[in-house]
Amino acid sequence: MSVKVWIAGGGVISGIGMNLEENLQAFKDMRTGMTTMQYLQSVHHETFPVAEVKADNDTLSDMALMPENTSRTALLSLIAAREAWKSTGLGDISQYRVGFVSANTVGGMDKTEDFFNSFLSNPQGGRLHQVLNHECGAVTELVADAMGIRHHISTISTACSSAANALMYGARLIRNNIVDIVIAGGTDALTRFTLNGFNTLMILDQQPCRPFDDTRTGLNLGEGAGYVVLVSDNLLAHIQPWARLSGFANANDAYHQTASSPDGTGNYLAMKGALEMAGLTPEDIGYINLHGTGTQNNDVSEGIAINRLFAPHFPAMSSTKSFTGHTLGASGGIEAVYAALALKEGIIYPNARFQHQMKELPFAPATAFSTGNDLKHVMSNSFGFGGNCSSLVFSKE
Amino acid sequence: MNIYINGTGCISPQETAQIGPLFSPLKEYEQVRLQTVDPDYKQWIDLKQIRRMSRAVKMGVGAANLSMEEAGIKMPDAIITGTAYGCLDDTGVFLNKMVSQEEQMLTPTAFIQSTHNTVGGQIALLLGCNTYNNTFVHRGFSFENSLLDATMILREGEAKYVLAGGLDEITHYSHQILSRFGLYKKAPVKTMELLKSPDRGTIAGEGAAFFVLSPEKGTHTVAELAGISTIYKPLWEGEVIGAIVKFLEEHEVTLEEIDLIVTGRNGDIAQDDIYEEVAAALFPDHPEACFKHLCGEYPTAIAFGTWMANKIIAEQDVPEAAMFYGTPPAKIKNLLVYNHRQGTHHSLILLKAC
Repeated sequence: MSVKVWIAGGGVISGIGMNLEENLQAFKDMRTGMTTMQYLQSVHHETFPVAEVKADNDTLSDMALMPENTSRTALLSLIAAREAWKSTGLGDISQYRVGFVSANTVGGMDKTEDFFNSFLSNPQGGRLHQVLNHECGAVTELVADAMGIRHHISTISTACSSAANALMYGARLIRNNIVDIVIAGGTDALTRFTLNGFNTLMILDQQPCRPFDDTRTGLNLGEGAGYVVLVSDNLLAHIQPWARLSGFANANDAYHQTASSPDGTGNYLAMKGALEMAGLTPEDIGYINLHGTGTQNNDVSEGIAINRLFAPHFPAMSSTKSFTGHTLGASGGIEAVYAALALKEGIIYPNARFQHQMKELPFAPATAFSTGNDLKHVMSNSFGFGGNCSSLVFSKE
Repeated sequence: MNIYINGTGCISPQETAQIGPLFSPLKEYEQVRLQTVDPDYKQWIDLKQIRRMSRAVKMGVGAANLSMEEAGIKMPDAIITGTAYGCLDDTGVFLNKMVSQEEQMLTPTAFIQSTHNTVGGQIALLLGCNTYNNTFVHRGFSFENSLLDATMILREGEAKYVLAGGLDEITHYSHQILSRFGLYKKAPVKTMELLKSPDRGTIAGEGAAFFVLSPEKGTHTVAELAGISTIYKPLWEGEVIGAIVKFLEEHEVTLEEIDLIVTGRNGDIAQDDIYEEVAAALFPDHPEACFKHLCGEYPTAIAFGTWMANKIIAEQDVPEAAMFYGTPPAKIKNLLVYNHRQGTHHSLILLKAC
């Protein structure tokens, strides 16, 4: 059971940068990604700020070396997955038993939306190519095929916690000796479907979001992809690990299809379970990358669960969604890369736009970027629709 | 660690939600799209909620409950769902309104119920179940991945009962679109003649099948889930044949010890070719049973096939409607399910009678 699973590298594309280095620079410069919509075509483009990846599909397809009519979800995925693999220095991917476990929530919906414009007025209308890769799994396969990965391929979709669950499943594949390496994380492109869906729930902020601030009124959607490369202990000699995936747990809130329970039951159980697997106590955690969407409901539930588990030893914490927006199926992957990098370089990420203490909580998020912190263990939270709650714990050794 | 199937539940185009002998009575159709025979969902779900639930959610909740009833458990230690398409009906409703109303005056219900984890979330919500909950959405591997995740979690030793299943629904839109890809027969075909039909295309189907898996046998346990494996985009038939040989070796079963193969033939001559190749190479004299003429083709149809395989072991007989080649063996100990989805996703599931 206890084969160690290491993080050998990572890659990110998001609203604050086309690669991990650009993401890191944005945190240092306190440069957040929310702007007026530039690439997504929506009637709401003036109303809701979003954290788009700052490139059109032509540019992304050039970067990804894929046809330009490919779903944006796949383009983002391939760019980040390639960066992740390259960062490990492991070389020729065909030399290893590799799995690709990629989460997403929208699949090829960006193209399906366009298809439906023609299809609804005429059942023979719309070009079939636009729906060929509608399924979430189809997006994963486009990327796996481009990278030459065949040993194990899977797609997970549990709303906002999807990519954290991809890391868990990936770690189990390694522990069960099914593969030696798993590229695990998630991807999601902005679509009208999700933008309008979240709008009907009335949880989109018309201003840049303010996670864990008492005046918060909602989230901003973002897009992107993030992957870590999980590597079995038997390949440790070939890598320079950033961190180890030491604990993880998944629990269900079982309270409401889209809202968190007031006491954050699922959040609490996920964090507690992840600590138990890692063999740690709450005071061992040096930093928490919060789920921190900026909705009234999430931040109070998550905060109360943290208070219950961690009081009185509160680690540094922040929501990087204040920079990247909520990237849904990608968020757990992007934030796992941030968490692993935090251990590698002692980073505590800032929580942008925090000004007002939440009255329900005795702690406040970190507001400044700092590096060189002595971090031994960090936690990353991903909670979401369907009651799905997941926490990951990364350790330096 | 042995992993046993302690309970199963299935909602399909056959009368599978009823207790009784397998496929008795048999439902026969002459159409290219089979729909589930719905049980009375009120036994599990409040009437007010039923009206708002899509068929995908209802069949998932129903099959999950049937399997827990058979296993005699009230609360699983994990809920793992496999669905390639997710909640297509609600996705279609929201997409239609969003496009036709130009992104105005939309309501949240369809969006909320459109996410792929709606079924797993609803099962947890109705049970008040706070444990591990995951949803796999990988095309023809969705169900297989959920079974594999279940076995890995059970081997860790803390969970005692894992509820794992697969489901997919057909909707008006999805059937229209998939038909345009040429997946289905051009004219209605009798289901009992599907597997002998001489041309391209199959029939569409849908359904849900759930399983309660445990390291401990229950009162209704008849089989062990001895192995599960997937092969992605094999380069040629030989790779599949080699993978089957290796799979059986790993699970210490010889070809001769396989009493029955259950294959995913779907009546499309191009897609059924590989089953002929595999049978010719490895199982030339083995009896073969099939299931897609009974449930239709869909990405998680193998969940129905696995459910049927477990029932065959329970009854120690193969219903005539399911037999494809040979005669039912006198004793059914080892049963191999081999399925592929459009040539890209090949799966092996080994059940052993216990």
